[in-house]
Parts: sequence; structure tokens; C-alpha cells
Amino acid sequence: MTFAVVVFPGSNCDHDAYYAIEQVLGQRAAFVWHKDSSLGGADVVILPGGFAFGDYLRTGAIARFSPIMTAVRAFAEAGGPVLGICNGFQILLECGMLPGAMLRNRDVKFHCEFVGVRVDRTDTPFTSAARVGQVLRMPIAHGEGNYFAPPETIDELEATGRIVFRYADARGATTDVANPNGSLHSIAGICNAGRNVVGLMPHPERACELAVGSADGLVLFQSVVKTLADRGAVHAGV
Amino acid sequence: MKARVFVTLKPSVFDPQGHTIAEALHSLGYVTVADVRQGKFFELDLTLASEADAERLATEVADRVLANPVIESFRVELAREVRR
Repeated sequence: MTFAVVVFPGSNCDHDAYYAIEQVLGQRAAFVWHKDSSLGGADVVILPGGFAFGDYLRTGAIARFSPIMTAVRAFAEAGGPVLGICNGFQILLECGMLPGAMLRNRDVKFHCEFVGVRVDRTDTPFTSAARVGQVLRMPIAHGEGNYFAPPETIDELEATGRIVFRYADARGATTDVANPNGSLHSIAGICNAGRNVVGLMPHPERACELAVGSADGLVLFQSVVKTLADRGAVHAGV
Repeated sequence: MKARVFVTLKPSVFDPQGHTIAEALHSLGYVTVADVRQGKFFELDLTLASEADAERLATEVADRVLANPVIESFRVELAREVRR
């Protein structure tokens, strides 16, 4: 199974994702440059964290026009699993593959810390091996992670079960204190209507080994391996 | 011709930066500043002669790239260059 890790100028978690997939998960990872037009037949696409194009203008605003995004969109429309982590999530929002937008954190500070992330849905390819209500300990590292969407969009996300991850305390309670950035409804991650495109602000790829403080993030990668294996056939790729 | 694009957060969207600036002004004694909304200002230098073309282009660029319509709105102004 091959994971394409898309590299934009300014991506800085691309190697973390590569390492987690190759060394911890034991699957194949391949870097794909943002100017490429093909994902090289990958089974899974990862849009990694970082500061694509320096986050100039807005986070993800320029990256969404990169040539590779045409292939990522086609891959997603064909049902291929796409995971946007942090800046990758912001790119998915900017290009409209996921709804909403990111505001500056409510306290206007960059947050770099471990947080609790509650899994609310296991019917996505990236949470299929997790349990509903499971609280994952993963790091966040962002200045713009304050998820916003108009009320009608939030209602739709809630009604259709598309809020996949919420910030929560160790017992799974979504308190205001457990919400690091002011995100509406404590949203840490969502999925698209097809449920194959998932974006989240916390970094699962930086929480795959106990040596770095937590191995809780590994379940996202194990999930997609399980989902694709359950499907019997590996996605053809684009 | 120059086009000026003003991008601001929609009124319904909380502005953490503007809020922080307003609080700072209050602590400096500027109590009559009730609120602050922070935005972005772009000046586009256009090689277009027609005002209609300039406005159309600036509007397209603002809508497609400079502003995120989910959270921001924008306003376009045209300005002929002033000879020094």
C-alpha cells in the first residue's frame, strides 16, 4: 500500500509523515512534489502540515492552486482516501474540498502542545480502527486553527455526522478549557459528504511512537490500512 | 491604473486580532474606541486603461484569491495614478 505525501514549498511535517508510514506503520510512502500532475498510483494521499507558500495571504490560500491539487481532487472524487493534517487541512478548506475556514486562535497565540482529541465517528477510512469516544493524545502546532463555518454549515456537519474529531479532556468532555483555539463546537477535524476526505488540526504523524510522547496518532494510519484491506482491492489511484 | 482592495472579516465572524487590539487601546486609556476590526489592504497596479476592465479584474482577483468568501468580504476602489 502506497501513501503519497504531497510536498509544497514550506511543508515541514512531510518527513514526519513519511517516517511514520515507512518506519512505524510499515507501509510504503512516496513524496509527490506540488508541481507534479500525478499521484503515481498511490492508494492514500496525505497533505502534510507546515506553512505552504509561507502561509502568505492566508493559510493554504496559494497552495490550493498548485498543479497537484487537480490530481488530489480527482483522486478524492473517485473515492480515494485523503488526509489533510494541520496546514493540509487548511488547504482542503481553502480549495473547498472541506467546508469552513480557519480564523486566528481566539487568544491570538501559536499553540504548540499536546491536546486531547475525541474520536466521534469511526465511519471514515482514517478512524475505522478507533473506538467512538476514544480520546487520542496528539500534539497541535498552529496559530490559525480556530474552525469557523456559518451556522447552517455547522448544523449540516452535526446532522450528517461529519464532525470526526473534537477537542476534549482526558475523560472525553468537550469543555471550553479543553478547546485550545476557540473552534466552534470544539471541532478538531471533519470529513466530506463522501467521508473519504478527512482534515484535522492535530498531528497524528507526530504521535506514532511513545518515544515522542504518544503513539495515539498511529490509529489513523492503521485505520486506512484496515479500510483498504477490508475493501479487498486497493484503490487504482489517479 | 491602480485598484485598491479592502478585505475584512464578515460582521458575523469573530475577529481575535481586532479584539486584542481594542483591548490594548482600552488599557492605554482610549475608552471611546468601542471596537476594532482588522482587515487587509491590497493595492493592485494594473496595466489596463479602461476603468470597467480594471474593476472587473480586481473584483475577480479579490473574489478568487485575495478574500476567502467563507469568512471575508471585500470592496474594490479604483484610483488613477496621481502625478507627483
